Amino acid sequence: MDDKLVIEVKNVFKSFKAVQAVRGIDLRIPAGQFAAILGPNGAGKTTLVEMIEGIQEPDRGEIFIMGKTWKGDETYLRNIIGLSLQETHFIDKLSVWETLRLFASFFGIGKERCEEVLYIIALEEKRKAWVGNLSGGQRQRLALGISLLNKPKILLLDEPTTGLDPNARREIWTILRKLKEQLHTSLILTTHYMEEAEQLCDYIVIMDHGKILKEGTLTMLLGDMNDVPVQPVRTRKITLDDLFISLTGRHLDD
Amino acid sequence: MIERITNNQLYHLVMANIRELMREPGVLFWGIVFPILMSLGLGIAFTKKKDIITTVAVIGRNHLVKSPDDSASIIRNFLQINKAGTQISKNGGYSKTLTIRNDKMGNTMFIFQAMDWKHAMVLLKRGNLNLILDEKNGAVQYHFDPNNPDAQLAYLKLTKLFSTTGRIATASDTEIAPLTVSGTRYIDFLVPGLIAMGVMMSSMWGISYAIIERRSKKLLRRMVATPMKHSNFLIALITVRVLMNFVEAGLLFLFAFLAFDITIQGNVPALLTLFIAGNFAFAGISIFISSNTAKTEIGNGLINAFSMPMMVLSGIFFSYHNFPVWSIPVIQQFPLTLMADGMRSIFIEGAGFSEASVPIIVLSSIGLVFFVAGMKIFRWH
Repeated sequence: MDDKLVIEVKNVFKSFKAVQAVRGIDLRIPAGQFAAILGPNGAGKTTLVEMIEGIQEPDRGEIFIMGKTWKGDETYLRNIIGLSLQETHFIDKLSVWETLRLFASFFGIGKERCEEVLYIIALEEKRKAWVGNLSGGQRQRLALGISLLNKPKILLLDEPTTGLDPNARREIWTILRKLKEQLHTSLILTTHYMEEAEQLCDYIVIMDHGKILKEGTLTMLLGDMNDVPVQPVRTRKITLDDLFISLTGRHLDD
Repeated sequence: MIERITNNQLYHLVMANIRELMREPGVLFWGIVFPILMSLGLGIAFTKKKDIITTVAVIGRNHLVKSPDDSASIIRNFLQINKAGTQISKNGGYSKTLTIRNDKMGNTMFIFQAMDWKHAMVLLKRGNLNLILDEKNGAVQYHFDPNNPDAQLAYLKLTKLFSTTGRIATASDTEIAPLTVSGTRYIDFLVPGLIAMGVMMSSMWGISYAIIERRSKKLLRRMVATPMKHSNFLIALITVRVLMNFVEAGLLFLFAFLAFDITIQGNVPALLTLFIAGNFAFAGISIFISSNTAKTEIGNGLINAFSMPMMVLSGIFFSYHNFPVWSIPVIQQFPLTLMADGMRSIFIEGAGFSEASVPIIVLSSIGLVFFVAGMKIFRWH
């Protein structure tokens, strides 16, 4: 395996009963890269990320993280990965601070890092507030903060802004942009918001029906669109949605 | 040293469970206050004697109050000798009240109301009274439904009263020896059963439901995606629940001791060992129940499927010996029956380790078997 790759997915398949969720995916994420897995609901994004997270096991194929696999190196991998699952509910009757301390204790991390994370996610004023009393955006920031506690080498975020209003979404983006500037963390983010992929990520993977349809940098992907007629013709900027329509005949949010 | 403890994951897991528990007022009410209220209510209902008030219709006002042209009346004469109190209601109704005092069996108050036959029948049909008295040919006549046990009892009491001439004999003069010593009362039977039932319900809901809810909310999945030790998660949950069970049982016992003078007649270390074995059994069952489902609706059903039959059959409120003979050996093997019977034998009969050893071993084995089986199929994701 290439030493500079943090994640390498080789010909991975995964089915749930009759549903083929992931069908022969290959993916290579180099160190420090922010990658978006973009696709509509049911594209197989979450299944792919859960296999990278070690939550699901592939039916076929291999996944290497920092050159290691989940079998045999689980403890090491759990310590270097930070993740945020889709729609996790933390314990309502614990405060923000108590929740951070609880998860920090799993990594053997003390108060100082919790204070830093509280600052990063801008929830200092909500330190004593119960999780059950937080807004959706604040809960999502807390989930992001928990994923940052161990200063992860790899950050896996599954639809971190789904269901949030535009302001709350932008707050998450601000945190992630700062993270990109300050840390050499590799990020895989699943989303069905093309704007999120465009704004945050330097590599975009477009998925549908369990397969990768197209991947590359934003410039590369949109560059390929120059030969494709877009309606109305060239009166507006070409977007990833246009690319998705040209590939599938559907909109991303269909 | 303190920092090492406060950074320890088991410490934080235990604290998280304690905080969650203490911040839920409903848990404190149902776990601590409700069992105490139940023991208070049932203890008073079945332990303290209450006054029995019986209303009797007397046909004809002349049997209660004398008018110038009246002849002699057995009823009136009897009430006069025993100085029955007189009441006249606003609508002119006339009644006499006679209280037969009895310290041992409780007082009985007869209210003799004068009325005509038609009104008496209306009240009888409504269930407001069970017995109608009349006098014919110098004898008292009793009209009542012989299938009504309350009416029968009132009849038996009154026939005895009217057969004694002059003053009523009280039960203090008779040879009734009430069994109210510690260990023979209903409350002595009830409290050990309530403690055992509390352990079962608290474990089932506190452990099973907590695991299923965390799985359904993906919190379990999120936690095991960290280096958290799986065993620590379960140890914390069970430890907090057992501690809570100790507090609940301790407070219930303290209340029963203060209010009803309940004492432990047997070996206290044996009682504690049995209590821990019971906790272990129900913790194991709870882990098994919650091992695989992520749906709280299914969790509710499973918890009820395990706990309801035991609640009904294990003889917590009334002896299971009222059930068919063939079912009793089966009922006696239920974990709740084993725990309740074992605790009663120590509380009431003065049992020690030798008598409690069988339930302790069986309950521990049940806990172990269910725990191991549960862990085999446990779904962390």
